[in-house]
Amino acid sequence: MTETAASGLQKTPLHARHMASGARMVPFAGWEMPVEYSGISAEHMAVRERAGLFDVSHMGQFELAGPGGLDLVQQISCNNASKLEPGQAQYSGLLSAEGTFLDDIIVYRMAPSHFLLVVNAANRESDFGWITQQTEALGGKAAVVDSSSRYAMLALQGPASQEILQPLTGAELGEVPNFGFTYDEVAGARAMILRTGYTGEDGFEVLVPPNTADTVWQAILQSGEASGILPCGFGARDTLRLEAGMRLHGQDIDDTITPLEGGLGWIVGWDKLVFNGHESLRRQKTDGVERKLVGFEMVDRGIARHGYPVMADGTQVGVVTSGTQTPFLKKAIGMAYVPAAMASKDQVLAIDVRGRLLEARVVPMPFYRSASRAG
Amino acid sequence: MAYPADLKYTKNHEWVRLNGDLAEIGITDYAQQQLGDVVFVELPEVGHTVAAGEAFGNIESVKAVSELFAPVSGEVVEVNTALANTPDRVNSQPHETWTVRVRVANRADMDALLDAAAYQSLIQ
Repeated sequence: MTETAASGLQKTPLHARHMASGARMVPFAGWEMPVEYSGISAEHMAVRERAGLFDVSHMGQFELAGPGGLDLVQQISCNNASKLEPGQAQYSGLLSAEGTFLDDIIVYRMAPSHFLLVVNAANRESDFGWITQQTEALGGKAAVVDSSSRYAMLALQGPASQEILQPLTGAELGEVPNFGFTYDEVAGARAMILRTGYTGEDGFEVLVPPNTADTVWQAILQSGEASGILPCGFGARDTLRLEAGMRLHGQDIDDTITPLEGGLGWIVGWDKLVFNGHESLRRQKTDGVERKLVGFEMVDRGIARHGYPVMADGTQVGVVTSGTQTPFLKKAIGMAYVPAAMASKDQVLAIDVRGRLLEARVVPMPFYRSASRAG
Repeated sequence: MAYPADLKYTKNHEWVRLNGDLAEIGITDYAQQQLGDVVFVELPEVGHTVAAGEAFGNIESVKAVSELFAPVSGEVVEVNTALANTPDRVNSQPHETWTVRVRVANRADMDALLDAAAYQSLIQ
């Protein structure tokens, strides 16, 4: 997936399709990607109420295998991969030795010693370098391969996803649980079918060979036509994930933030003996964190956006990491780092919105929880 | 969408409709397309004085915030309060949806603005 445009930006196998469909294209993590087709609000609503289709082929895929495959994953990924059966996946963090997020990832166990990692496009090269370094410590008992160029990745998301995808595949989709996956064909293409996503809605992510991407894209849109499916861009992907309380690496979490600070203590496999960053995390768990990521809702009219200061007594005490007016909840919501003492529910926050102090209040995340999404 | 001939336009993609010495100010169809779905419009209070070329408010879409620049100088005599509940009118009827009405201090400000033909060639 590395054809390069004149602009120096990389293009996915669906680039020509996006252009032909009139999508508005923007640079994103070194790629030229569609930000919207018919409008962020319409696309957002389609995913919440029916279905939407996203091109996420820019994301990276690594395969880790070898007799030490599980040991390698257990070292680099903070969640406990030994709890996965083949065919199951988990959200996790790729942590530094200090316990901070180099990336957030999904780990898919394909076979007892064979794993697939889906990583963020912006971190693909640095992640790969880091993991390669870690394999050396295992003395050749495991290897990592960057197989990103072998896959196009399409995300079909929304309550109608299963009924749209089922006619295109022999896989019994009803038997694939949330965070499970299977292998079959989709519209004639060899596919890995993952019941995961980044919208908070039920749905599937499909990995197919790049040369079949356009066929699969068209087949899914056609199958979903009666359900009102819409092709969607990154604008809606961002508002959907924010409503679902999902973090964006590079914005809500980064290499200065630990899972505990990011409100993601649940992805740490505390029962594992060792893993990258475990010492600092255990220390932080005992001592408590100084700052914490919280969800907030605006009380005053206005929208707090990325980078806006959270104020107390005339001093900046925190910062907004994500914020928008969401099309489904129709509220201005966001995430912010605040001192731990200000992180409880209903805490009032003062956010500096371009020189005006506006009131917000801490609310639990996710802001939105789907009824259609099984366990 | 056509750009009405009775409006004057700025390079920042605002428009002005002059009735006597009252100027209605809005944003163009091109501007609303660039912004995407408008969700919030932040406007000054009645009585506030705006200066030509200076920011007087903000218009926010789902993805971004951009400033509104005054095409003419004058005093704000009315604010479109209906936008609080229906900001999407900026998208659906950009050239009919004014944000503020300003009593123009100096009619000569209008001469510096673009006519519909000049604006259309600017955005092509």
